[in-house]
Amino acid sequence: MTAPAAPTDRRRGPHRRRIPVALLVPALLGLAFLVLPLLGLLLRAPWSTMPERLTEPGVLAALWLSLRTATAATVLSLVLGIPLAWLLARVDFRGRSLVRALVTVPLVLPPVVGGVALLLVFGRSGPVGSRLDEAFGITLPFSTAGVVMAMTFVAMPFLVVSVEGALRGADVRFEEAAATLGAGRWTVFTRVTLPLIAPGIAAGTVLCWARALGEFGATITFAGNFPGRTRTMPLAVYLALETDLEAAIVLSLILLAVSVIVLASLRDRWTAAP
Amino acid sequence: MKRAAAAVAALTAALTLTACGGDEDGAIHVFAAASLTEAFTEIGEDFERANPDASVVFSFAGSSTLAAQIGEGAPADVFASADAATMDTVVGDGHASEAETFARNRLVIAVPEGNPDGIAGLGDLAGPGLRVAVCAHAVPCGAASQTALEAAGVELTPATYETDVKATLAKLTLGEVDAALVYRSDVQADRDGVDAVAFAEADAAVNDYRVAVLTEAANPDAAEAFVAHLGSEAALETLTAEGFRTP
Repeated sequence: MTAPAAPTDRRRGPHRRRIPVALLVPALLGLAFLVLPLLGLLLRAPWSTMPERLTEPGVLAALWLSLRTATAATVLSLVLGIPLAWLLARVDFRGRSLVRALVTVPLVLPPVVGGVALLLVFGRSGPVGSRLDEAFGITLPFSTAGVVMAMTFVAMPFLVVSVEGALRGADVRFEEAAATLGAGRWTVFTRVTLPLIAPGIAAGTVLCWARALGEFGATITFAGNFPGRTRTMPLAVYLALETDLEAAIVLSLILLAVSVIVLASLRDRWTAAP
Repeated sequence: MKRAAAAVAALTAALTLTACGGDEDGAIHVFAAASLTEAFTEIGEDFERANPDASVVFSFAGSSTLAAQIGEGAPADVFASADAATMDTVVGDGHASEAETFARNRLVIAVPEGNPDGIAGLGDLAGPGLRVAVCAHAVPCGAASQTALEAAGVELTPATYETDVKATLAKLTLGEVDAALVYRSDVQADRDGVDAVAFAEADAAVNDYRVAVLTEAANPDAAEAFVAHLGSEAALETLTAEGFRTP
């Protein structure tokens, strides 16, 4: 539209061109909208009493429980989610689009409803829960395993969606070449497909872990709230909000710091890999 | 491109404006404890019938959550708490000048209909294999539960500490616990499938429900009218029918 840039500039590529205002303004507004509330937390944080608050036993117990359960939920999501994503991307079967839609239901379902749904099936009067109780004496609600289940329910779709996207974007010719050379489907999957989509798996794992770490609604509904057993950080934050806003801010900042540190270090490692 | 951007902006504006348009046309925003849900909903409808110009909008949650929201400037006209302590913090922070007690509530042990475990008192809750839900200490019903348990000398390890009394009762109605410590009014409200077992130590933990017009009220006159309505014959009848005691 405007006068063309000098030829020397043009050779340096698109980075030198002026950023359109129509993109820059909403981009900055969007950034501010996401970052300002975090600044609000930082500004209101009770920095003077921070050391005592950090070392309260309840805080460490909740943090440790959160890290353990979110990691377990991520592992479970990887074990079940990668094969599910592969099935959706590589196998042509009737009703595939319906199955794909069902997989994404937990993304839009309010987590509290997800928790109730889990209770109706895995609770002690539910069809699965009652049989588990009768046969093995296993009850899932109000247990740490229940926390992991609630987290997996809400977080696994993130992994499935991003792994399936990676599978669809990956070049099938590598897999076909391996197959023509005599490799079986399992060998192709482990030796060719998995390395090919590793970045997609990494991104999905990060999303999945972060979502599990922040999980609240399904957890409190399905697993309840008991210190050390099912009271994860988000539950501790919600409870602290009832009595002590500053304590809630401190807990939120810890959760924030831990997730930023973990995600940033993982990201660097993965993106640095060829 | 420009037209699309304008359309998005107009749509966003329209959606956000209609979403909070209630404030201007005189609605009374009442923040009330979760345990008041049934009683206040009925009283609110009654109030609107008596005052056709008025409309009442309720926000029900744990008293302490509501108090925290008020502390952060939530637009409320009236606050009704499930205990005196929560109201005291709101008054102490200058968000209300005076509060009055309009109802009282007692704890009961909620059990499945027919009381299959034969629970007769607080002591039975500590029995082996029994799963019990109670409110977290931070909310009024949890504070009351703790007082009652201490008065009874019962050491109870519940399955879960729920964040408000409705969530506590929900764990029982979903069949996940064998008993729950809740208010008499909650069992009254949830008539189907739940029985109440009264116990003597509840006397040590009677909750005073307090109500106040907030100093930041956008509609102080209408708010006063609603609070006055709580003392009316009809409102007292509703509260009693829902299991509350009136002062």
